[in-house]
Amino acid sequence: MLQHILALIIKEFLALLKDKRSRFVLIGPPIIQLVVFGYAATFDLDRVPFAVYDEDNTALSHRLTDRFAGSETFELVSHITHDAEIAPVIDHKHALLVLHIGPRFSDDLAAGESASLQVIVDGRNSNTALLALNYVRTVLLDFSAEWAQEQQRPPPPAILVTRAWYNSNLVSQWFIVPGIIGLLTLVVSLLVTALSVAREREEGTFDQLLVTPLRPVEILIGKSVPGLIIGLLESTFIVLVTLWWFEVPLRGHIDALYLGLLLFLLANIGIGLMISSLAVTQQQGLLGAFLFLVPAVILSGFATPIANMPEAVQYLTLINPMRYFMVIVRGVFLEGAGYELLAAQYWPMAVIAFFSLSSAGWLFRRRMY
Amino acid sequence: MSATKAQLSHRRLIGMVRKESLQILRDPSSIAIAFILPVVMLLLFGYGVSLDAKDVRIGFVIETPDSVTSDIRAAFAQSDYFVPVTFHTIQKAEQAMRQREIDGIVWMQSDFSHRLHNGSGAPIGVIVNGVDANQARITEGYILGAWQTWLTHYSERRGLPQAFPIALEQRVWFNPAVRSRDFLVPGLVAVIMTLIGALLTALVVAREWERGTMEALLVTPIHIRELLMGKLIPYFILGMGGMLLTVAMAVWQFDVPLRGSFLVLLAASALFMLVALAMGLLISIVAKNQFVAGQVAIIVTFLPAFILSGFIFDINSMPTAIQWLTHLIPARYFVAILQTVFLAGNVWAVILPNAAALALMAFIFLMLVRRKAGKRLE
Amino acid sequence: MSEATSPAIQFTGLSKSFAGARPVVALDQLTLQVGRGKVTGLIGPDGAGKTTLMRIAAGLLLPDTGDIHVLGEDMREASLQVQSRIGYMPQRFGLYEDLSVQENLDLYADLQGVPPAERDARHRELMRMTGLAPFTARLAGRLSGGMKQKLGLACTLISRPEVLLLDEPTVGVDPVSRRELWAIVYRQVKEQHMSVLLSTAYLDEAERCDDVILLHEGKLLGQQKPADFSAPMQGRVWAVHAALGKRRLQQQLDLNPAVLDALTEGRQVRVVTHDSHTPPDTLIAGLPGAHIEAVAPRFEDAFIARLQQHKLTPSTLTSTPPQSPSSDDNAVIQASELSRYFGDFIAVNKVSFDVKRGEIFGLLGANGAGKSTTFRMLCGLLPVSSGSVRVAGVDLRSAASQARARIGYMAQRFSLYGNLSVQENLNFFASAYGLSGKVKRERIRASMDDFELTPFAGSAALTLPLGFKQRLALAAALMHRPEILFLDEPTSGVDPLARREFWWHINALAESGVTVLVTTHFMDEANYCDRLVIMADGEVLAEDSPEQLRARFHKTGEEEASMEDAFIALIEQHQQREAAA
Repeated sequence: MLQHILALIIKEFLALLKDKRSRFVLIGPPIIQLVVFGYAATFDLDRVPFAVYDEDNTALSHRLTDRFAGSETFELVSHITHDAEIAPVIDHKHALLVLHIGPRFSDDLAAGESASLQVIVDGRNSNTALLALNYVRTVLLDFSAEWAQEQQRPPPPAILVTRAWYNSNLVSQWFIVPGIIGLLTLVVSLLVTALSVAREREEGTFDQLLVTPLRPVEILIGKSVPGLIIGLLESTFIVLVTLWWFEVPLRGHIDALYLGLLLFLLANIGIGLMISSLAVTQQQGLLGAFLFLVPAVILSGFATPIANMPEAVQYLTLINPMRYFMVIVRGVFLEGAGYELLAAQYWPMAVIAFFSLSSAGWLFRRRMY
Repeated sequence: MSATKAQLSHRRLIGMVRKESLQILRDPSSIAIAFILPVVMLLLFGYGVSLDAKDVRIGFVIETPDSVTSDIRAAFAQSDYFVPVTFHTIQKAEQAMRQREIDGIVWMQSDFSHRLHNGSGAPIGVIVNGVDANQARITEGYILGAWQTWLTHYSERRGLPQAFPIALEQRVWFNPAVRSRDFLVPGLVAVIMTLIGALLTALVVAREWERGTMEALLVTPIHIRELLMGKLIPYFILGMGGMLLTVAMAVWQFDVPLRGSFLVLLAASALFMLVALAMGLLISIVAKNQFVAGQVAIIVTFLPAFILSGFIFDINSMPTAIQWLTHLIPARYFVAILQTVFLAGNVWAVILPNAAALALMAFIFLMLVRRKAGKRLE
Repeated sequence: MSEATSPAIQFTGLSKSFAGARPVVALDQLTLQVGRGKVTGLIGPDGAGKTTLMRIAAGLLLPDTGDIHVLGEDMREASLQVQSRIGYMPQRFGLYEDLSVQENLDLYADLQGVPPAERDARHRELMRMTGLAPFTARLAGRLSGGMKQKLGLACTLISRPEVLLLDEPTVGVDPVSRRELWAIVYRQVKEQHMSVLLSTAYLDEAERCDDVILLHEGKLLGQQKPADFSAPMQGRVWAVHAALGKRRLQQQLDLNPAVLDALTEGRQVRVVTHDSHTPPDTLIAGLPGAHIEAVAPRFEDAFIARLQQHKLTPSTLTSTPPQSPSSDDNAVIQASELSRYFGDFIAVNKVSFDVKRGEIFGLLGANGAGKSTTFRMLCGLLPVSSGSVRVAGVDLRSAASQARARIGYMAQRFSLYGNLSVQENLNFFASAYGLSGKVKRERIRASMDDFELTPFAGSAALTLPLGFKQRLALAAALMHRPEILFLDEPTSGVDPLARREFWWHINALAESGVTVLVTTHFMDEANYCDRLVIMADGEVLAEDSPEQLRARFHKTGEEEASMEDAFIALIEQHQQREAAA
């Protein structure tokens, strides 16, 4: 039995790695994607272009403008002198927001009345708009606190003291890059397995396997182990890049991460082999893998939280192994979570792995065609 | 003689188009790729992808409950964004946060009311879970807003001086309700159609090679341009059908306002469809094998369109080098056009340069297709 | 050269090589002509360059050096114009399987620019000629293999081309359809004065050509009338009868140093000697009850004489005699009332037969007759719809995996791992069959020797020449010394030399007691079988020994019926019965 499996594993590895094209598919895109997406996938705002329409034109209003222009988040791109200029500046995307300081701004402020400041934001990307407004509010709070102090006014009776756990500077890279570990692991393990049976069926070698004394369970193990090994190696590489290149802190235990990784890979391999055994041609295998991959990525909490989804869609995500792995990888990296806290994530992946692997093994021989 | 015989012929082109159309009609998979796939994806993602934090579970730690603290709690509970949960000790709340039962904590210590009355800046402790930095920031913003509202009211009632000397009056243009769906759905249309367009054509030429029909085709007097046109035209019509379906869904199913003109949308879509189809065709011609073509189509379309098109991650926030890279992604231009035409209207200053970029890409891809496709086997 | 008098195709100093891991010189300084208004056959073993030559003539490839003129036009410059005057049918003619017969014809009529006014008449004529008239609305994918090929030919002929290029048009086509295809081609030559260049692996087809071009490794070996090729063979070809089993007789004759080639044909063995001076008596010395007579040489004899580079050494292949007789009766393979449905379609209908130990048993039939389906059910690769299968006493589908160690299997298409090397493939299959350690190493070395694979040990299986792929597949199937060997169209697409060699091994195995079940549509190969069944439409039409079958259709006063005659007669009888019912 062991000898059979070993022979199958060697064969599988040779078949995968001797082909220049499949070697490239396994190594090239994941590395490129890791680096590109690691930098590209960010929600952090940086150098938000803004325009100022300063009708007040006093030392105070200039100070406010400088306050914005001096922050790293904002970048002053133009001064506006007429109402009519506001629309084009926003429409044409020259500026994301316009700071409109009314003519009575400094007078009101000096008189102790509420001085109004208008901010017009481009809402085409509502998330950016929302974040930019939050930044504006923070800058403004600082500015008014400073001004109040200078004028020897009392501070507000209650103040907010905000802290963020796990990611005190709220760097979105810390959120996204560990997510990419899951994303790329999923892509690689699916690519390795989803075509393996379909390709053998199409080339006729699967028949040749079935007439040998090999048992389905041996074929199943022989087909799973290479995917597991390649998946583990590649995700280890990505984990190292996450740690050393992107400098995301690893607060938990690496073994809690690897237990999750193992279960995640098994679940993916099971699903991949299941798709592969159902497919008649490689083409179908590829489409099938793809039709699983796209929703699995989008509905995993990788970029947008599952909690924001409608309830029906949330239920659907329960069969998505990536959803559980996302919690594990971020939990271990950022929260320092251990086995107990992650137990609720481990077992569903184990169940998915068990079901998909056993149905794949069953399909090897039963499939009618 | 050569001039007359080598000329493009209507009959050959029509013959190719008819053949390709019949094949589409007979093969349920291309119909499924063009119509069913985008609808399912748009439904799933249109509902599934949302950045609007709602029902954020906030733990309230009120060590000494009194009228002031319950007033604050009420101010938070009023907001649609929060689901308040009360704790009596900070330890319990922190534990709940560790177990991901709550997303944030608002903490008022036992001397809160006392310090508030003293006017010595009573601290309200706020802890957010920073793992998802974006959601944490949005939550922080909501908490800040709730605090400002409460404090303004409080100062007014007590006759205290203005808590906030500067009143911020915010206007979010194009999307006053700040619904993330309004910007995500047009972007999704672009991401989905990149995929569909490339997938439709990526397989068609490769299929001819694989089934051996290409060799027989190439020996006929057909001109290579007729062959390529014969493939592009039916799939273009098919792809536009899928495109119209998704646009209709965006407008009627997801209630995204269409402020620009439909014609502009149609023209931009046609241009983009041409790019996507040409890209697929190029992949198909170079790969000559359905399997590789499919693999390449997926690698070069879905993930780049998802992450680098500006559909969800703002291109302006990316590092400069990556911003340059996004110029190679056709979906980037289409996302910009779609978001503008849907939400802002016919803003030519945005539409024209992006459309020009799409036209240039279509031209480049078609030229490459023309160069790579030849009537010889090598 | 004026256009009317120029030859149909003129190759001048043509060379073509393909780069790659192992660069190949496909054509080497070829100069030859294809005459107008006649059928020219292009013959040669695998790798001779036949397909490359065809593709260059069709304008699909450009030669590296040399010139190619078709109908007097230079193909380098005027290929588009010439393409409207020629018809080319590639090896796998790409019909659009999801289009109907009519739609396929319409497409090619459009592409070839056939004026709409002429179309109806031309379509009717082609449909009548090919016998496809009743099927114009049927999807091409649902036609039988033979009909597909005829439709391909019809599409090629739609614009009445002046030159017709056919690349192995009859590969994988059953004898009945083969005859019909030839009839159509000859009619075009006669009525339209068409010039035809056709490549084929069937040597009997070469004999029917007006002119034959013999290629070998890209070089021209000769261009003559077929009769001129075989004329020098006069006095070198003999038919031997003896009171011996036909396999034993063939082996004995082959061992004779004077014999170049010995081929079983019915009960007799056809012998080709090295030269015409060999006294016939020396050939049959020591053979019991033998007599010998001279026979007329065929093109095939000339082909073998020119191309057989070295005589086959006696095959050392044996298999261990069956260890444990699994059933008391001698039937090693039993099929009874075997049926298989795919939806409404009955692929195999109540097929029954027994195969005895040590027999070579053939399954013959046209494409779509149900051979492969039956075969797959016997191997346990496909569940049966009804009836039962016993192989070595068990049903392979439900039996324990060890039962499968007793069979060897060779699939229709090459089905080993293409990017693994020869050594790696053999290693894998040896392990899969449970061999290990010293036994495994020795077996692998032995089979590399037997099949002369050692020089290719490190090359990827996919890059091997076709004949070597065949050897490798057989080596893998025999790794564990099976007692039963399943061969599904093992020689499909293989050239005549490689086929001979292949059967040479199979005969040796059968002599050592291995039971062989083989499907084939080469009728001459049926002669190697001890018994065979002929199938059509999923049913068994006849079960008998090849000699008896041939005798059954032997008409008095004529030459002995060939296996092909017998087959065609059987199919025709069957079709008449069907039509009557």
